[in-house]
Amino acid sequence: MSLDFKLIRNTLIVKVKGELDLLIAEKLREEIDRKLIDHQIKNLILNLEKVTFIDSSGLGLIIGRYKKISALNGKMYIVGAKPAIEKILFFSGINKLVPIYRGEQDIINI
Amino acid sequence: MNIKNYVRFEFQSIAENVSFARSSVAAFATQLDCTLDEIEEIKLVVSEAVSNSIIHGYDNRANEKVEIMVAIRDDRTLEMIIKDYGKGIEDIIRAMEPAYSTDGSRMGMGFTFMKSFMDEMEVISRPGEGTSVQMKRSFLVRDQEAYA
Repeated sequence: MSLDFKLIRNTLIVKVKGELDLLIAEKLREEIDRKLIDHQIKNLILNLEKVTFIDSSGLGLIIGRYKKISALNGKMYIVGAKPAIEKILFFSGINKLVPIYRGEQDIINI
Repeated sequence: MNIKNYVRFEFQSIAENVSFARSSVAAFATQLDCTLDEIEEIKLVVSEAVSNSIIHGYDNRANEKVEIMVAIRDDRTLEMIIKDYGKGIEDIIRAMEPAYSTDGSRMGMGFTFMKSFMDEMEVISRPGEGTSVQMKRSFLVRDQEAYA
């Protein structure tokens, strides 16, 4: 797993690479939460372009960050999910809470 | 129906082994010549069951074991048993409700995924004795599917 962080004003863009399961979700949670505090982040964009697998642990990570970001009156988005990943996101209903867009550019344009 | 082939393995109850477990079962299931989508679904349900054993069954204790048995029957049915010897589930019916989770860090979708992506799913559990999740799924012969 590798993580790539990008900061645009108070928006944090996290690019995740690998399989979002129990092992990885735990590590990601710590890293993202530290960044949220250290940089006073308001909005979060999760780029899942390079994610090849997701299960309940990964979905829990997304829901957990969504709750944190919402509590700060911020917005959270998911971008770049491959069809197999998107299928699980829709199945879980997460898309009703966290809007899913094709690419980062789509969010910047709205 | 007779068992055509089976594998049986056990591993330590740590998060590092969740990906090993799902990849191994997926590799075995490729003998069924199923689609990539189906393989992804098999990986997902194994991941859920094994994660449940580690987190709930063993409360994240690392020195316990999880067992997996996977069999392919003559009629192209895949059977899986994922078993732990942990604390068991007090209330199985409640545990199987969508979005019910006893810890806040995961989304309580595990059993929902297992029920949705498998044809049959049964949970056998006794408090203090462990949990066994048994799942079945049939795969049509490709040609039959094409003409169905």
